[in-house]
Amino acid sequence: MTEPLIAPLELPFQLFDVQDTETLLQRQRFSEHSRETLDAVLDTAEKIATEHFATHNHKADQQEPTFDGQSVSMIPEVKAAFDAYCEAGFLAGRADFDAGGMQLPETIMTACSGYFMAANPSTAGYPFLTVAAANVIQTFASETLQQRFVPPMLTGRFTGTMALTEPHAGSSLADIRTRAVPAGDGTYRVKGSKLYISAGEHELSDNIVHLVLAKLPDAPSGVKGISLFVVPKFRLDAQGEPAERNDVALAGLIHKLGYRGTTSTALSFGDNDDCHGYLVGEPHQGLRYMFQMMNEARLGVGFGAAMIGYRGYRLSLAYAKDRLQGRPTGAGPDTPAVPIIEHGDVKRMLLAQKAYTEGAMALCFYAARLVDDVHSLPDSEEREQTRELLDLLTPVVKAWPSEFGVKANDLAIQVLGGAGYTREYPVEQCWRDNRLNPIHEGTNGIQALDLLGRKLWQANGAGLQVLQQRLQQDLAQMKGEVCQNLSAQVAPYLQQFAELMTTLQKDLRTSALPVHLTNAQCFMNIFSSLVVSWMWLRQAHGAERRLAQGADSEQHADFYQGKLQAAAYYIEWELPLVSRDFALLQQTNTTCHNMKTDWF
Amino acid sequence: MKILVPVKRAIDYNVKVRVKPDNSAVDLTNAKMAINPFCEIAVEEAVRLKEKGTASEVVVVSIGEKACQEQIRTALALGADRGLHIETSDSLDSLQVAKLLQKVVEEEAPQLVILGKQSIDSDNNQTGQMLAALTGMPQGTFASEVQVEEGSVAVTREIDGGLQTVKLSLPAVVTTDLRLNEPRYASLPNIMKAKRKPLDVKAAADYGVDLTSKVKTLKVEAPAQRQGGVKVADVAELVEKLKTEAKVI
Repeated sequence: MTEPLIAPLELPFQLFDVQDTETLLQRQRFSEHSRETLDAVLDTAEKIATEHFATHNHKADQQEPTFDGQSVSMIPEVKAAFDAYCEAGFLAGRADFDAGGMQLPETIMTACSGYFMAANPSTAGYPFLTVAAANVIQTFASETLQQRFVPPMLTGRFTGTMALTEPHAGSSLADIRTRAVPAGDGTYRVKGSKLYISAGEHELSDNIVHLVLAKLPDAPSGVKGISLFVVPKFRLDAQGEPAERNDVALAGLIHKLGYRGTTSTALSFGDNDDCHGYLVGEPHQGLRYMFQMMNEARLGVGFGAAMIGYRGYRLSLAYAKDRLQGRPTGAGPDTPAVPIIEHGDVKRMLLAQKAYTEGAMALCFYAARLVDDVHSLPDSEEREQTRELLDLLTPVVKAWPSEFGVKANDLAIQVLGGAGYTREYPVEQCWRDNRLNPIHEGTNGIQALDLLGRKLWQANGAGLQVLQQRLQQDLAQMKGEVCQNLSAQVAPYLQQFAELMTTLQKDLRTSALPVHLTNAQCFMNIFSSLVVSWMWLRQAHGAERRLAQGADSEQHADFYQGKLQAAAYYIEWELPLVSRDFALLQQTNTTCHNMKTDWF
Repeated sequence: MKILVPVKRAIDYNVKVRVKPDNSAVDLTNAKMAINPFCEIAVEEAVRLKEKGTASEVVVVSIGEKACQEQIRTALALGADRGLHIETSDSLDSLQVAKLLQKVVEEEAPQLVILGKQSIDSDNNQTGQMLAALTGMPQGTFASEVQVEEGSVAVTREIDGGLQTVKLSLPAVVTTDLRLNEPRYASLPNIMKAKRKPLDVKAAADYGVDLTSKVKTLKVEAPAQRQGGVKVADVAELVEKLKTEAKVI
C-alpha cells in the first residue's frame, strides 16, 4: 500500500463541502453528469497518476532528456504515462460532446490535474500544454485549422507548445523579432528564434504543433503588432496526416533547475526559409488570443504550485511521524525518543505548509468555479460580474500559490533536516520543480503590477465590488463559534484595506503613482492575504458544519479539526504580517523607488 | 456466450482501516469504497473475452445496499454490458450470496461465471466454490490464465506447487487470482456510456432464499503492532535465540 497522493478526504471536502460543485450539474452544459460520474472521473485520474506518473517522477528528474543532434530521447515511462493519460480521454475532458469531449466542469478537470501535478509535474506538462494549445486553436482559428489540428491534439496524436519567448524578449513580448511573411497562397513563412519552449521537441507524438508569436511585415510597433501562427513540426497532407518535415529545428535543449523531465528547448524557425505557418484568427491580434489562454494557464500554474507544495507537505508529514529524535522537555535521556512531529517547532512548520497549500488549493478551486460560471451561467449579467471577479483574482491565483508553494517546499526540506537536503529524499525535487512557478506565465512581479496597475480599476472596479459582496455574503452565513472568532480577527484588516483603497484612488492620479507601482508587491501581499483568509474562513465554515452534523467517524472528525486549526494558524500567524505592507503603502514609502542603479 | 460476473463492494484497498471502538466491526463511516480488486480482475477478463469475440454479453451482478450500484457502474464503465443489483440491507455470508447467485444463474443461464477468488474485506474465499457446488457446475479456482474452447474452458490455476491446468466443460465457474490480468482504467467516454447502460434492481427478498446469517462475528481487532527486529552477532546467538526466545527449534 502506498501513501495516497492526496489525502482521501481533501478533494471531496474542497469540491463538495467548501464549494457546492454539485449545483453545476443543474446547468445545461453539465446536465449529462452526476456526482457518480464526477467521482468515477476523479478515480481514474487518481489511478493513472498513482500507477503511471508518480512511479517515474524521481527517475525522470535524474535522467533528463538528451539530444544527440538528431532526436530527443527520454526514459520510456514518460511515453507510457502520456499514452495512458490520452487513452483515458483526459485531453478532451473539457471539450464539447460534439467534438468528442466530455463537457466536464473546469472544477473537476482542475481536481484531476491535481493528482497528476502531485504525482509528476514534468510528465504532466506534455498533455497540459497540448490541451492549452488546442484550446487556443479551437477558440480563435479558422474552421479549417480547427478541423486539421484540434481532433488529433485531443487524442494525443499531436502535442502542442506555446512559443512566445525569444532570447532577448521574455516578459517584454512587444520586442519580439520573429517575422512572418505572406507566401501568396494564404500561408506564411516564419523566421526567428524562440527560447525556453517547453515540450518543443520529443518523440511522444506523431507531430508537434507550435503556437508561435510573430510579426507581419506591416505590423504596428509594440504589442498591437503581434500575430499568432500555427507552425507544425510536420506539415499535413490532404488527409491531415503528418507528411513533409517543416523547417523548424531544435537548436538545443536547456538544462533547468527543476521540471527536468519536460524538455525545454531553443527552436529555430525558417533556417532554410521554408517554415510554413498558418495565421490564427486576424492579423495583429495574437497577443490578445494568447492572453485569453494564458489567463486560464495562470490558474493551472497556481494550482500546480499548490499541488507540488502540498506533495512536499504530505511527504514531510509522513517523515515527521516516523522519524524518532529527541525527547519532550523534562524527559530523561534514557526515555525513548519521540517522533519529531511531537516537537513544537516541527508542528509549526507542518501547520504553515498545510495553511499555505490547502489555502492555495481552495483559492484555485474558487477560481475554477468562476471559470465554470463564466461558461455556464444562464444570466448574461451574472456571467459578466463573474468574469470581472475572475479577472481580478487571476494575478492572485497565479502569484500567491506559486510564492507560498515554494515556501511550503522550503519548510518541507527543513522538516527533513539533513535528509531533506539530499537527493535520496524527494522534497528537494519538489522545491526545484516548484521554483519555476513564480517565474513563468508572467513573473510574480508582473502579476503584482497587473493587479495594482490594471485589474483593480478595470470596469470601474467592478471586480472588487463583486468580491466584497461575495465575501460579505459568506461572512453572514458563518455562524459557528470558530468562524465567528476568526472573522472578528479579520475584520480590522478589512477596515484598513478600505482606508488604503481611498488613499490609492487619490494617489494613483498623482505623481505618487510610480512609487506605488514600485511597491506593488506590498499591495499583492495585503490583497492576497485577505483573499486567502477568506478562503480559510470558507474551509473553516465547511469543517464546522460537518462537525456540527456529527455523522462522521473519528478519522473524519480529526480531518475537520485539522482544517479549523489551519484556518486559525493562517489568520493568527500569517495575516498580521501585512501590517508592514499597509504602513509602507500608506506612507508612500520611497526607499526602493529612490534607489539609484549606481548606488548598488 | 453470456458471462456473469458477480462483484462485491468493498473498502478501497488504499484506505487504512480502523476498527470501531466497540470492536464490533471495521469503521466504514464515509470510507472510500471500490470494487473488490479480485472482482475487478474478473470484470476485466470477461470484457477481454467479449473483445475477442468469445463472449457476446457480460452481465454484472452485485448484492447489497443501494450504494452497490456505484460498483456496478464502474464495471459497466470498464466494458460490461448490463447490471443487476440485488438490493438488501442485510449483511450476508458467503453462503447466502452463493444461494442468491444460484438463482441468478438459473435466470440468466450464463455459460461462464467469473468471480474474484476472495474479497479483501472478509477474505473468506468461499463464494465461487459454494456457487459451483449449488449449481453443479465445474469450478476452476485461482485462475491465472483462462482459455475458452469449444464447449469447455481451460483454467490455469495457481497452486502451492506451481501451476495446474484443468479443463472444465461449460457452463463453469472460474475464480480469479491476482496475476490473471491487469484491469484497465475506466476511460472518460466509457464512464459516460456506462450511465446509459441498463441496470436492473431487484429485492433480495424476492428470490425466496433464506437470508439469515449463519455466522456470528464475535470480535474484530486490529493486528498486533509489529515488534522491531534485532541484529545478532553470530550464528550461535541466532540458534540460541531461536531456542529460548522464539522457541521454534
